[in-house]
Amino acid sequence: MNAPTAPSSTSRASTSQARPNDYSAYPDAHGRFGDYGGQYVPETLMPLVHELDAAYSAAKADEGFQAELSGYLKHYVGRPSPLYFAERLTRHFGGAKVYLKREELNHTGSHKINNCMGQILLAMRMGKTRIIAETGAGQHGVATATVCARFGLPCVVYMGAVDVERQKPNVFRMNLLGAEVRPVTSGSATLKDAMNEALRDWVTNVHDTYYLIGSAAGMHPYPAMVRDFQAIIGLEVREQVVELEGRLPDALMACVGGGSNAIGLFHPFLNDADVKLFGVEAAGEGVETGRHAAAINGGRPGVLHGNMTYLLQDREGQIKEAHSISAGLDYPGIGPEHAFLHDVGRATYLSATDTEALEAYTLLSKLEGILPAIESAHALARLPEVTREVGKDGIVVLNLSGRGDKDVAAVAAHLGMQI
Amino acid sequence: MSKSRIDARFAALKAEGRAAFVPYVMAGDPDRDTALAILKGLPAAGADLIELGFPFSDPMAEGPPIQRAAQRALAKGMTLQGTLELVAAFRAGDAATPVILMGYTNPLVTWGIEAFARDASAAGVDGLIIVDTPPEEAGPLADACDAHDISLIRLATPTSDDARLKVVVSRTSGFVYYVSVAGVTGVKEADAAAVAPQVARVRAASGLPVAVGFGIRTPERAAAIAQVADAVVVGSALVDEVAEAVDLNEDVTLRVLSKVDSLAKAVRFARRVPV
Ligand SMILES: Cc1ncc(COP(=O)(O)O)c(C=O)c1O
Repeated sequence: MNAPTAPSSTSRASTSQARPNDYSAYPDAHGRFGDYGGQYVPETLMPLVHELDAAYSAAKADEGFQAELSGYLKHYVGRPSPLYFAERLTRHFGGAKVYLKREELNHTGSHKINNCMGQILLAMRMGKTRIIAETGAGQHGVATATVCARFGLPCVVYMGAVDVERQKPNVFRMNLLGAEVRPVTSGSATLKDAMNEALRDWVTNVHDTYYLIGSAAGMHPYPAMVRDFQAIIGLEVREQVVELEGRLPDALMACVGGGSNAIGLFHPFLNDADVKLFGVEAAGEGVETGRHAAAINGGRPGVLHGNMTYLLQDREGQIKEAHSISAGLDYPGIGPEHAFLHDVGRATYLSATDTEALEAYTLLSKLEGILPAIESAHALARLPEVTREVGKDGIVVLNLSGRGDKDVAAVAAHLGMQI
Repeated sequence: MSKSRIDARFAALKAEGRAAFVPYVMAGDPDRDTALAILKGLPAAGADLIELGFPFSDPMAEGPPIQRAAQRALAKGMTLQGTLELVAAFRAGDAATPVILMGYTNPLVTWGIEAFARDASAAGVDGLIIVDTPPEEAGPLADACDAHDISLIRLATPTSDDARLKVVVSRTSGFVYYVSVAGVTGVKEADAAAVAPQVARVRAASGLPVAVGFGIRTPERAAAIAQVADAVVVGSALVDEVAEAVDLNEDVTLRVLSKVDSLAKAVRFARRVPV
């Protein structure tokens, strides 16, 4: 097995950053989570990110904005999503009780819509008239195209040319929703290049354009803002698990690409020291092969896309291409708050290989009748270790961030079948 | 020593009553030896200062020409170490022409900010432009530059209002680089009439010479900008010459330097309006 084995409480935390008492105090006024985060962007964009920061702070404090968002989350997205006790999965592993947070039941099939709904309302509040986004698998692109269709705003989605080829159904979905998909051929023609191209668009169209970033990554205020919009996941889990079990869970698990579904689940629990947090990165063909997307397990800190965080990079600081079966995890970085949670030892970052994710994909399909997104399947793949560590009387909540229909062709291909 | 190289050059040009011509070339493009030959030939071709790009895999403010130049350089193995070696080799034969390195933050983080400023200074680098390190993130870099007598050169842009301009010009020296278009390098064209009042504004806020770049490709445009700015920067048009010469199997150095010559002449003979 390529991934680290049973997680232990002796984390690999660095000693340079002390463990804080109150995690809700982050980021600081400079958009920093300890050493990570910040605003490393070209000067042309600085006034825009400051404007966004101010507009988001005002919206966050505005009850009217929050009420409007809640309304759409309930009636359009379909929230709250259920917290489901996975009885057969629990019995299969024989350890802690496993609950699945059913984000795959949201409109458009993943957690991405939570963030898109928040940001589109903010964009309109700011008077922006054109939306741009980057996408890897196309899930965020579809969610963005969806909210743009709903509110009648033009939408341009940048997508690596390689991913356009890999994810044709999602490209077609975006087109159906009225979005323009622009294939990106620069660099390695994948997600990081799509993000570069979206930033270039933003630098060029500073007056009317809103950049709707799809994960808790990039420059401040995006990591904090996207986290806040995704924190509905963890907030609901808190209520639901107390209702079902009368107490908080022992462990939370989520897959980590940029880190938005994970931080959305984790954040409302950060100050509950007894709740263990496990993020699962994509180990691709194995972290030791160099062909993976595990920024924490196989990278080191650096600066990309506006923030300081863990990155896949060579000795010279050139960014390396990520590799994963999951296009949604195929990114060489990770959101800065995760980098911080790792360093202070608050969360533990494991990894799962392509093969392990495929096995988990088929296992959940057979045991629970739920096809998980191949992204979410990475978290499922580490359930054996985590349920064992937490033990029989324990409770584990795993974020099922998306549904797996989009992945059937890729899964079939990996299993050597034609559909 | 090095900061004064930039100041001395601008003082001399002021006495001559003309703007500087500043070519931008990419270290290691199309390969190390050719890039060195180009570098060595620039002053004689009319370069008053030199901007030397160091390649990065993900240059978010560059248009396709400079993106491709970086890819060519990386493909031939150019590194930050290699870039400093190029500067040192250039410096061995030219003690007067200021060299400003331009690029992105991550290779510097990898090297170590303080160590990099020390080593760059030793190689003969006079200034640094780090595109994705805005003033908000520049504390450690500004300290390191101060300690090693390197000018940290800032970018002012069409989105910089007066309040922002104050932040932009804090802890800067040498000159200020005015990005003449909202956009990436090498795509939109700069308009001299629109640029003139902006240059005056940046000059007033900083008390420093103002270089203009990002949208200048032709001798005509260079001459027009030279009438309103203290320096004219041309980059994408030069790296495009590299690409074309490679494609056509022509002498890259000759082709780039003759383009530099025509641009430099245009700048040299443009009469500056009194400022
Ligand atoms: C279903 C699903 N889960 C997870 C991710 C990874 O993103 P994040 O780490 O931001 O949650 C994606 C990204 O496309 C996704 O589609």
